[in-house]
Amino acid sequence: MDVPPLLEVADLRLTYRTSRGPVRAVDGVGFDLRRGEAMVVLGESGCGKSSLAKALLRLLPRNAEGLGGQVRLAGEDVLALPEERFRAEVRWTRIALVMQAAMSALNPVVRVGEQVAEPLRVHRGWSRVQAMEQAARTFALVGVASDFLQRYPFELSGGMRQRVVLAMALVTEPEVVILDEPTSALDVLTQAGIMNVLKRIKAELGTSFILITHDVATSSELADRVALMYAGQFVEVADAADFFAHPAHPYARLLMASVPRLHQAERPVHIPGQPPSLLAPPAGCRFAARCPQRFARCDQDPEVFASGARHRVRCWLHADTVGCGEERTASRTLRPGGEGR
Amino acid sequence: MSDAPLLEVRDLRTWFELRQWGFLRVGSVRAVDGVSFELARGEAVAFVGESGCGKSSLARTLLGLHRPSGGEVVFEGQDVAGLAGAALKRYRARVGYVQQDPYGALPPFMNVRRLLAEPLIVHGVMDRAERERRIRAVLEEVRLAPEEVLHKFPHMLSGGQQQRVVIARALILAPHLIIADEPVSMLDASVRVEILSLLRQIQRERELTLAFITHDLATVRHFAERLFVMYAGRIVEQAPVDELLDHPLHPYTQALLAAIADPDADNASRQREIPPGEPPSLVKPPAGCRFHPRCPHAIAGHCDRDEPPMLAPRPGHGVACWLHE
Repeated sequence: MDVPPLLEVADLRLTYRTSRGPVRAVDGVGFDLRRGEAMVVLGESGCGKSSLAKALLRLLPRNAEGLGGQVRLAGEDVLALPEERFRAEVRWTRIALVMQAAMSALNPVVRVGEQVAEPLRVHRGWSRVQAMEQAARTFALVGVASDFLQRYPFELSGGMRQRVVLAMALVTEPEVVILDEPTSALDVLTQAGIMNVLKRIKAELGTSFILITHDVATSSELADRVALMYAGQFVEVADAADFFAHPAHPYARLLMASVPRLHQAERPVHIPGQPPSLLAPPAGCRFAARCPQRFARCDQDPEVFASGARHRVRCWLHADTVGCGEERTASRTLRPGGEGR
Repeated sequence: MSDAPLLEVRDLRTWFELRQWGFLRVGSVRAVDGVSFELARGEAVAFVGESGCGKSSLARTLLGLHRPSGGEVVFEGQDVAGLAGAALKRYRARVGYVQQDPYGALPPFMNVRRLLAEPLIVHGVMDRAERERRIRAVLEEVRLAPEEVLHKFPHMLSGGQQQRVVIARALILAPHLIIADEPVSMLDASVRVEILSLLRQIQRERELTLAFITHDLATVRHFAERLFVMYAGRIVEQAPVDELLDHPLHPYTQALLAAIADPDADNASRQREIPPGEPPSLVKPPAGCRFHPRCPHAIAGHCDRDEPPMLAPRPGHGVACWLHE
């Protein structure tokens, strides 16, 4: 526990103003991320996981309001910085983002080398020659041949484009890289190739990653930590080994049972119901309506309970398990799809 | 008649002509290039492959949306390739289509009742009460409450509900074959299983033939009985699901399976073996086996020269690879 976290997020909130009222997309999210660690944010569409990325980078659409909480990067609250200083000192130089749709993240009429070098010229004020050299080095890192520097986006395949977008985020050697569904549009083999690159970079450079995805199987390719998001809140944060083997929150268990696996004869089970609207989230636990283990206490908003050293669960079932693993073993045997006690 | 296959495809080719300045012929994209298979009545199969392998072109050719450049598509004993006019219309009523993007597949200005009435009107069901009865029946079959959705427009429905409407529309003319092109790739993981289970259940109840087109082996494994693996416009391996997953024979299938992760914390510490390079251009596919430039077991002088035929090294298991000669 003596390793000071690189990124500490506490009670992060982001609200969008809409014609039908405020939408609380990120509602009191907290976690910490160590240097060289990869955390996966898992969640269904509309759970607020992309908004979380936007909030961390302060890249907010015009209807955003009420960005609040704390984001400490190496001890400094970057959320409190004035926008100009955040832009100059943090965004892209210390926290970078890899966007989902590689084709629309690239400018179609500028050579990809120039685009990858651009953050260095803008944020660091490097000369063109210097920046292009660094871009070439970054290309090598992500496994793109350096003659691709001179190409236009349309001349690259989907996998190569995604690598270029990745290079664009890595070129400034940031401490934290946020990846928003980096491989969801790619083919299986291309996707595996990108994940290989990410694993290598993580091992070689010690970069910290926040990987945002809905794909449980892909998430396990990189994760040291897993944060499960539901209706704007983190419902479980745990070490990956713990999460994949023994998910604690009822939603986490149902989610794991809904994952189709290649090497498993049982058919996956779907989660009945739908996530609640973030316009008017229900009082109490937001998963209660779909939860097979619901009980009276779920009408109150659950607190976050510790279920292990770095394991947090937002569920009343874990209220009396602080500091011991006994109760957890008992509840772990619950399987979705029936015999929930 | 019931033993005869529902659909027989022989040496099917769908090529798209490439032209320069609108008139110079500069070659063809061979999207589907010599594909043969049979589908029995009442079976569920899946065509699996990466983007650009020709699986969607195959689906669209089977639906009669592309004219084949060669080969035969025989549906219930009738060659479909030359159909036109009323005969083509009758054929299309026998084959249902479930599109990938439910929102894009549903006209935004039609409510669900109108949407589902459309195919009935086109195919001559003129009695309004009869149409209403069939629309309600098919909505119940896809587990939607008619009273709740009939008056709604597509944007008022969730993704899962939209896809159910698409399925209802595919079913309403009582087809014998349903072609589902990536039916769940736009949906959330938790809804996917639900939609696929529904399709499979309807397929069983109606004794339909169901053909999934997908890139997602892990999901479709639970919902199809037979798999066809496609690469660069051809079928490279075909077998019942368990046989194919337990004994993948083609090096491409093996690579595909090795790249798919089941959730496991150990994955993070493992580099995955993936074949070098990318799928070939379909304008000038490589000579011989199309996978040979990426294949770790390629036999020089053989694989790069001779195109492998579909061999059957194990019963019921076909593979187009010289290693299994």
